[in-house]
Amino acid sequence: MRALRTFTVAAAVGLLALVGAAHQASAQIKIGSVLSVTGPASFLGDPEKRTLEIYVDEINAKGGVNGQKLQLVVYDDGGNADNARTFATRLVEEDKIVAMVGGSTTGSTMAMIPVFEDAKIPFISLAGAIQIIQPVRPWVFKTPHTDRMACEKIFADLKARKLTTIGLISGTDAFGKSMRDQCVAVAGNAGITIAIEESYGPRDSDMTPQLTNIRNKAGVLAVVNAGFGQGPAIVTRNYRQLGITLPLYQSHGVASKQFVELAGPAAEGVRLPAAALLVADKLPDNDPQKPVVSNYSRTYQQKTGQAVSTFGGHAYDGLMILVEAMQRAKSADTAKVRDEIERTKGYVGTGGIVNMSPTDHMGLDLSAFQMLEIKGGDWTLIPGGS
Amino acid sequence: MAELLQFVFSGLTVGAIYALVALGFTLIYKASDIINFAQGEFVMLGGMTTVFVAHAGVPLPLAALLAIIATTAIGLGLHRFAIEPARGATSVALIMITIGASIFLRGTAQIVFDRRFHSLPPLLGADPIQFGGAALLPQSLVVLATATVIVVVLWLFIERTILGKAVIATAANRLAARLVGVDTRRIVALSFAVSAAIGAIAGVLITPITLTSYDAGTLLALKGFAAAMLGGIGSAPGAVVGGLLIGMFEALAAGYLSSNYKDAVAFLIILVVLVAIPQGLFGRAKIERV
Repeated sequence: MRALRTFTVAAAVGLLALVGAAHQASAQIKIGSVLSVTGPASFLGDPEKRTLEIYVDEINAKGGVNGQKLQLVVYDDGGNADNARTFATRLVEEDKIVAMVGGSTTGSTMAMIPVFEDAKIPFISLAGAIQIIQPVRPWVFKTPHTDRMACEKIFADLKARKLTTIGLISGTDAFGKSMRDQCVAVAGNAGITIAIEESYGPRDSDMTPQLTNIRNKAGVLAVVNAGFGQGPAIVTRNYRQLGITLPLYQSHGVASKQFVELAGPAAEGVRLPAAALLVADKLPDNDPQKPVVSNYSRTYQQKTGQAVSTFGGHAYDGLMILVEAMQRAKSADTAKVRDEIERTKGYVGTGGIVNMSPTDHMGLDLSAFQMLEIKGGDWTLIPGGS
Repeated sequence: MAELLQFVFSGLTVGAIYALVALGFTLIYKASDIINFAQGEFVMLGGMTTVFVAHAGVPLPLAALLAIIATTAIGLGLHRFAIEPARGATSVALIMITIGASIFLRGTAQIVFDRRFHSLPPLLGADPIQFGGAALLPQSLVVLATATVIVVVLWLFIERTILGKAVIATAANRLAARLVGVDTRRIVALSFAVSAAIGAIAGVLITPITLTSYDAGTLLALKGFAAAMLGGIGSAPGAVVGGLLIGMFEALAAGYLSSNYKDAVAFLIILVVLVAIPQGLFGRAKIERV
């Protein structure tokens, strides 16, 4: 029995080594990635890793890029920026990658930027904050939309409805704080007055005092909630509990079916900006993003058995922008690839239509967001909101 | 006026939650001098297990019952496999073991369940009760009523049953208790089982208000612990009063001062109270007999 087991193990190890060697031999273009696959940000890193693996396999099955196969090297930073930097150095020095797609969080991305800037290797980040691409750094790009765009999208909708005086309530977690800051920063330009501001802790179970203060503030015409996780669901419930009838706006941070389930009937009539990916089946057939988002969500759901999230979509966009740049450059030379990434024009991805330039290393505009309203427990697209 | 009433209602809602969580700390502390930092995980397990068992098609009341039984079993397991083998260790070492257990339970829950937020339907409907221009969810009253019932049952148990006396004896002097025939091991095991059950009941009842996820226990335990300390740790009525007071401080601070500082205000008041009355509002000061 023992001998048999030993043999099985030995055989398995041998087989693995063989597969590894075969992989090594055919792999030509090394793409690196550092993602928060485990830890508190695993809801980002996990779908990102799965997406990269699915599509690298698919590209290789079709013959690779410029006749060369891709090899993906993924490290897990566990949500820790220090680890991210260590792995970034390893990717550059030991793995000798030609390009990097990754960085699940803004923290790990910012920690890795100096490494790739020094090594002159193109780095496409999957994190949200605007600081990643402002100021523009030659080798750094990003695919996700920013908080600022979410605020601008909400404010544009408020402006169209002539609801220009608002109350703002935000979570004190990183997401809520960052979005609150961006909303306050762009409110003036958007012609929106924030008459009253309140906040809540990310684990608070009752926000009625804050909402009572907003309700009692004269002149408030609508309420915007910048938040992530369960906070916005409780805000929405408390909002209805207090019988507040002003329009309520949530952020892209809760653009998931889960929010509708958690908030229940209280979510009726809530508006929020969201990426097209989440409403793939609701998009009109003539929407340019429709084929991309439908394909991606079908593939992802088939291969993983999980519901699609925008985060995996960011990884898809990052990989595809890189691959297309390599195809245009007809090489995997880092400098040429960088130039071609910067020349990306009209790339239709899950996050929107990307038009990069030397001054814009994200390339998305407000059309990347759809404005949604929750009706009957489901999303409805607001016409003209895109 | 309606404003003040709404703040009070909010304080009542949050306070009732803290009180119910705080109650779980009392019995284990009474029996063994251990502050069980895995108490928040019992609350989480109660809520999460109910959600998942109900999702599998089991009727909700039965799912809740199963969750309470399962959590009680985990409480017993915690005692049997983590606390009992280290029975000679100091209280501080045992408390550290409970911290380890809490991390372990959280990690396991993340794998066994998932990483998403979940909710449960409230017991008495979701329509708020309107009173004097303020709104209160019926579920808050359910939580408060349950906390009261648990206080009464615990009091009856401790004061009126032989087993309860054995708990007090175990807490007072373990050697002496053993000499008069109390099986102290079983008493401590019992306290873990009951505390786990209280935690699970709390989890089932507060999930409709707070929602739950694998990591919901940490902050609940922190607030519950603060409530238990304020009330006097080991005292069941103290846990309830402490919980309600903290909830009230938070709600009034959020309403009248600034929502940014409401946690700071609440904890500042706790600090002041504990500096003035170190044993808490209802706690008995430790008297060393010579």
